[in-house]
Amino acid sequence: MALIQISEPGQSTKPHERKLAVGIDLGTTNSLVAAVRSGQAATLADEKGEHLLPSVVYYAKDKTRLVGKEARQHQISDPLNTISSVKRYMGRTLDDIKAKEPSLHYNFIQTDSTVPRIKTQAGEVSAIEVSAEILSVLKKRAELTLGDELTGVVITVPAYFDDAQRQATKDAGTLAGLNVLRLINEPTAAAVAYGLDKSSDGVIAVYDLGGGTFDISILRVTQGVFEVLATAGDTALGGDDFDHVIANWIKQQLGLDNSDKSLNNQVLGAACQAKQTLTTEQLANIEIEHNGIKATVELSLEQLNTLIDPLIKKTLMPCRRALRDAQIELDEVKAVVMVGGSTRVPRVRDRVGDYFKQPPMIDINPDTVVAIGAAIQADVLVGNKADSDLLLLDVVPLSLGLETMGDLVEKIIPRNTTIPVTRAQDFTTYKDGQTAMSIHVVQGERELVSDCRSLGRFSLKGIPPLVAGSARIRVTFEVDADGLLHVSAREETTGIESGIEVKPSYGLTDTEIEKMLLDSMEHAEEDIAARMLHEQQVEADRVLEALAAALDDDGDMLSTEERQSIDTAAENLAKLKTGNDDRAIKQAMQELDKVAEVFVSRRMDSNIRKAMAGHNVDEFNAQD
Amino acid sequence: MTSLAGNAVLTQNHFELFSLPVSFDLDLQQLSANFRALQQSVHPDRFANASAQEKRLSVQRAAQINEAYQTLKSPQRRARYILELQGVVFDDQSNPVMEPMFLMQQMELREALSGLKSKANPESELDKILASLKVAKKEILTQLAEQLNTPETADLDKASQLMHELQFLDKLQSESEAIEEELMDRL
Repeated sequence: MALIQISEPGQSTKPHERKLAVGIDLGTTNSLVAAVRSGQAATLADEKGEHLLPSVVYYAKDKTRLVGKEARQHQISDPLNTISSVKRYMGRTLDDIKAKEPSLHYNFIQTDSTVPRIKTQAGEVSAIEVSAEILSVLKKRAELTLGDELTGVVITVPAYFDDAQRQATKDAGTLAGLNVLRLINEPTAAAVAYGLDKSSDGVIAVYDLGGGTFDISILRVTQGVFEVLATAGDTALGGDDFDHVIANWIKQQLGLDNSDKSLNNQVLGAACQAKQTLTTEQLANIEIEHNGIKATVELSLEQLNTLIDPLIKKTLMPCRRALRDAQIELDEVKAVVMVGGSTRVPRVRDRVGDYFKQPPMIDINPDTVVAIGAAIQADVLVGNKADSDLLLLDVVPLSLGLETMGDLVEKIIPRNTTIPVTRAQDFTTYKDGQTAMSIHVVQGERELVSDCRSLGRFSLKGIPPLVAGSARIRVTFEVDADGLLHVSAREETTGIESGIEVKPSYGLTDTEIEKMLLDSMEHAEEDIAARMLHEQQVEADRVLEALAAALDDDGDMLSTEERQSIDTAAENLAKLKTGNDDRAIKQAMQELDKVAEVFVSRRMDSNIRKAMAGHNVDEFNAQD
Repeated sequence: MTSLAGNAVLTQNHFELFSLPVSFDLDLQQLSANFRALQQSVHPDRFANASAQEKRLSVQRAAQINEAYQTLKSPQRRARYILELQGVVFDDQSNPVMEPMFLMQQMELREALSGLKSKANPESELDKILASLKVAKKEILTQLAEQLNTPETADLDKASQLMHELQFLDKLQSESEAIEEELMDRL
């Protein structure tokens, strides 16, 4: 019978075994996977030596899917079945998408789900599934390169991503069969990649200008702890806008009109090309062919700068706002980190440097810096670096609020609040015997509900029937370390805690995720059963291993009886783990969880006391 | 055997949690050092690979520590919290009586603010208003400190009055900041 292995004190159960963990930058244009190997974080290449995976998925008629470069080859010939820049659609409703893209790029359809789907010749897919395809390819690449299954991954998201966008990203990870350890913000990841925790303490700014979005984050670094003080940004401002102003200029110079779509595309491509040329040259030659006639125009660096200056200026306003929110003066900023392909533009570097009164840091490739930071964080999260002080304390990027009477928003969690955070709000019923109510949660800074982004209506059911106004329903909003919102409710006067069911009106339901999983597998049912079993077994291993280590360290916090019942539950789990009943394993885990509750809670409090007694965590773990 | 006290940590007040005395003047460096030490020991990142139970608990504790830290870090929230610990109940709906001097000063600032947009150089005018708000706030906080460094002997009515004045200034400040955002958007 498999018993928990109790190793000598000071030894982990499986000495010297490194867990495999990677960081994934799921980008709008390109995606990357990186890992820490022999102490060095680096991006991983595919079998052809390519690091960047274009974030493009092609859905073929025979239901095969191509991801990356191969998919991109179909972009012009078969645009409706070649999905690119899917990140723009993550967590978005059809109305959101229509508002941003008056002429839709794909055949979107509204189903009964809140998540819109795209019609392809291989069936309907959501943005989440398309992202999962990209993640699966990166997962395979990592497992092939690293030689074993991954314990967990860290996926990066723009700091300005709202709750729905974060949830969609995490769902995509789950769908791809990844254990998502954490979602971290791209700017924070970049700061980690620069190793700014290892240099002297101070305030840093991360300026992240990508293709379609802009983020600025102000962080304070103190002895390995990255504390995000404020973040601001513009989700509709990026290098693509540079291309558009250049394209308009070209059309003006050449006297072209806007009516021809293919000409527009050609000009836009030329504009982007010219922008890239001007990162190293002083002059770019632009050639446009229209109706068999070639036209050329020269764009000078100076002219480019004049064109894009207003856009760069627009990025400096969020910088000012973020500094103000952080209550930081300009001269306190000791380093400025540049992230995102658009920071290759020399004028951007100059203007940002002028604003912050110092040359920005550009040593790490702005395309890979985020993935590298995520890999370092993933390595710490799985516990490969027990002596690491690295800790990321991030914030809620946008205020979370509730709809009150008259279309007004009442803020519950203001922007730039450090996560995790919990806030409670009391509600009452307005009718006798009312057993249900709906809470409309919005995200944004404006005062009117209609100006904020609706995260959805959470419906509360199962409220005990009482006289109007006498029920006191305490609704708790919790934003976890991934920046994801969880809503729970309890009726305080009767103490009915678990009876109230809270259901969000957005995002995927469990049934939908399950169906997507089924759709994604060829021999669906057996595959799914095997996968479920495997997942539970891996989880059981993890739980048992963590428990053994905890008992090793703090077993003396338990009485003999308490220890006995934990051991019994653990033995039961260890036994079931070798079988093939995933539900039984899950249940055994839940039982173990329950009997270990008191132990876990004591350990946590003891951690707190130790931390305050001047014993820091390093010392505590030093025996490892 | 270590202490078996169950949920003792959850019932501690914010000062106790950080092992600091209840006082308005606070060693801010110590506060943030203790905050980091606490988060190092309970943050969910330290339990990313732990059981569901531990993850849940760690989120709860980390949230509690964040809340305590944010409360103590901000002078204003710290003052309010000390008063609450002394049993003062703040009713945000009530309209307390204000000192005439204070009201005069308020009106002047408000007038300056409303005439702002027609000014030739609204940004520098706004900076001036924000600066005088800062001075006014600092003044009140100094007075609050006198009261709240020894909470047991504080004049609670006086302190509550000062808190209300701060709220007034806050409201003005957020209005100023809203105008600042508008100005920024216009650029």
